Amino acid sequence: RRGWRGGEGLSLPCPRGRPSPAGPGAVAKAEVEETLKRIQSHKGVMGTMVVNAEGIPIRTTLDNSTTVQYAGLLHQLTMKAKSTVRDIDPQNDLTFLRIRSKKHEIMVAPDKEYLLIVIQNPCE
Amino acid sequence: MEIVYVYVKKRSEFGKQCNFSDRQAELNINIPPNPELAEQFVERNPVDTGIQCSTSMSEHEVNTERFEMETRGINHVEGGWPKDVNPLELEQTIRFRKKVEKDENYINAITQLGSIMEHCIKQNNAIDIYQEYFDDEDAVEVTDEAPSAKTINVLRDPQVIKRSATHLSWHPDGNRKLAVAYSCLNFQRAPEGMSHESYIWDLENPNKPEIVLKPSSPLVTLEYNPKDSHVLLGGCYNGQLACWDTRKGSLVAELSTVEFSHRDPVYGSIWLQSKTGTECFSASTDGQVMWWDIRKMSEPTEVVILDIARKEQLENALGAISLEFESTLPTKFMVGTEQGIVISCNRKAKTSAEKIVCTFSGHHGPIYALQRNPFYPKNFLTVGDWTARIWSEDSRESSIMWTKYHMAYLTDGAWSPVRPAVFFTTRMDGTLDIWDFVFKQCDPALSLKVCDEALFCLRVQDNGCFIACGSQLGTTTLLEVSNGLCTLQKNEKNTASLIFERETRREKILEARHREMRLKEKGKAEGRDDSLREEEPTFHLEELVTKAEEEFFNIIYSELKKKETEAMKKTKPKQPGLEADEEVEGEDLGEEEGDGAQAPT
Repeated sequence: RRGWRGGEGLSLPCPRGRPSPAGPGAVAKAEVEETLKRIQSHKGVMGTMVVNAEGIPIRTTLDNSTTVQYAGLLHQLTMKAKSTVRDIDPQNDLTFLRIRSKKHEIMVAPDKEYLLIVIQNPCE
Repeated sequence: MEIVYVYVKKRSEFGKQCNFSDRQAELNINIPPNPELAEQFVERNPVDTGIQCSTSMSEHEVNTERFEMETRGINHVEGGWPKDVNPLELEQTIRFRKKVEKDENYINAITQLGSIMEHCIKQNNAIDIYQEYFDDEDAVEVTDEAPSAKTINVLRDPQVIKRSATHLSWHPDGNRKLAVAYSCLNFQRAPEGMSHESYIWDLENPNKPEIVLKPSSPLVTLEYNPKDSHVLLGGCYNGQLACWDTRKGSLVAELSTVEFSHRDPVYGSIWLQSKTGTECFSASTDGQVMWWDIRKMSEPTEVVILDIARKEQLENALGAISLEFESTLPTKFMVGTEQGIVISCNRKAKTSAEKIVCTFSGHHGPIYALQRNPFYPKNFLTVGDWTARIWSEDSRESSIMWTKYHMAYLTDGAWSPVRPAVFFTTRMDGTLDIWDFVFKQCDPALSLKVCDEALFCLRVQDNGCFIACGSQLGTTTLLEVSNGLCTLQKNEKNTASLIFERETRREKILEARHREMRLKEKGKAEGRDDSLREEEPTFHLEELVTKAEEEFFNIIYSELKKKETEAMKKTKPKQPGLEADEEVEGEDLGEEEGDGAQAPT
């Protein structure tokens, strides 16, 4: 990865010998798009959200107020779960959090800086 | 041995100021130990002593004052955005988001998290981990536990001057709220300054009522509209009917005019099933049943006078204390009166006289509760005087089942909405009885003392689990009954209906027999002298009484005479002189007793 911000609206004529503006950055970005789209298209998935460490929703398929609510609440819960796992065994770390409720299941995949939240209705 | 220390002071130095000074310690007395005493003791080696080295602690109890809490909402504003981004500006937020999306970390993170997430999603879709594999097993619910009930919550009247809780109504959906009507039913003994307010309580917050209803006169009954949960109907102590909309506030939304309202407290008010959901009817001890439309409360739409002679005379009308209406039988309704008679009426009758269909009498006092069995509407429960009775519409002479006479007056009763054989009654001594007549017929299945004062009203929630009872001091107690009493037992419907049918048949047979006997007597009477027999009914009560008295005294007198003669025969050989005395005594006694009307021993 070369950190090329390829999609920033620069339309420079590409000089020879240099990688094109549609470089690896754009490919990766497309991959992200595709991943999120794929997740959203799975059976029973009601909503997908990406939230950063400050609780700001980066990507979401739900409306703003719901997203903000989920972001705030789940962020805190994930932090708490992470610290619990760490407290019990400092070598351990939280990999995934699943909350099953009567109506649906909320799945949270935590990362150092981001949270991927998916709400699925395991329809039977 | 006396130890003495002498110090000398000159008389001239008395009263002088003290001068203190330091000096070395002086040994005044030295008493050495006496070794002979040691021989009286035996040395003990080793010695066991318990030692504890710890902090000494003491236990105290503290009861803090009740902490008043109030729930308030907080208004959140979206935060977390960096300082240069204004969260309200769409452009800025979009720009920020786009920036983040280009971050390398983001891309890495999402791809990784995405794959984990997908795995879990697919897992969910592949198999339902909570699937019930043994569904049919839970039908075996033989609950052998003894019936029990426990108090969950107590709602106290926040007013200083306590009033009784006279009526309760559960919120139609959700059952999280309870409307309680407070008033003082002692005639003209309502204390000065008693508040007229009634409350709607939210069970989540038992310390403070959620909504306050402010009528002009205390409410005797209060009912939620089953179709519209914001509307409540209240019957006032002064005979008016008031209507509230909780969205509009605590003041009365509609009030019936005094001239056309009842003349006595409204004891029963029920909403009717109608397309508009605005019709209701009310009954009061002034002997009238009135129908209202809450959109126009100035006049009742219909009035029926409870005169069982069917002559519509208000003077002869019976006062109504309870009202019953079942939405599955919309044209019929029943009224329980102060005189102990249940009147069954038909609303759709053409003439007002035909409105009254039939009467059932059997109680000695006012009928405080009247309710049809939710499963078998032909049978209904009445609660009054010291018993609760179950009636069948087919048997008009008497009730088909009744409880024994209790020590305390019964004040209210209700069927359980989930079990046809279970009903609840409350008593003046603060006891709640739960009866289950497929289980036990002579006693209640469970008898609970809810509070020390009298319980005035009772309401069961639609799921049959929760019961609210209101007491004389305005305390409403919420109880939860055990599972066994609120789940339908297998075969219970059949058993209950069989019991009802059997008892109805028994009563019918008894009725038929009574009728036969009466006919026979009539036949006999007609066989004898007609004129003589005609006189008998015209005998006045007083004449009969004097006749009975005369006979009674004659019998006593003759008995006494007999005793005297016997006594005389015994004492004759002894002293003839005493005979006369005894005779006189006997006569005196006879006269005394004749006046006093005492039974001869």
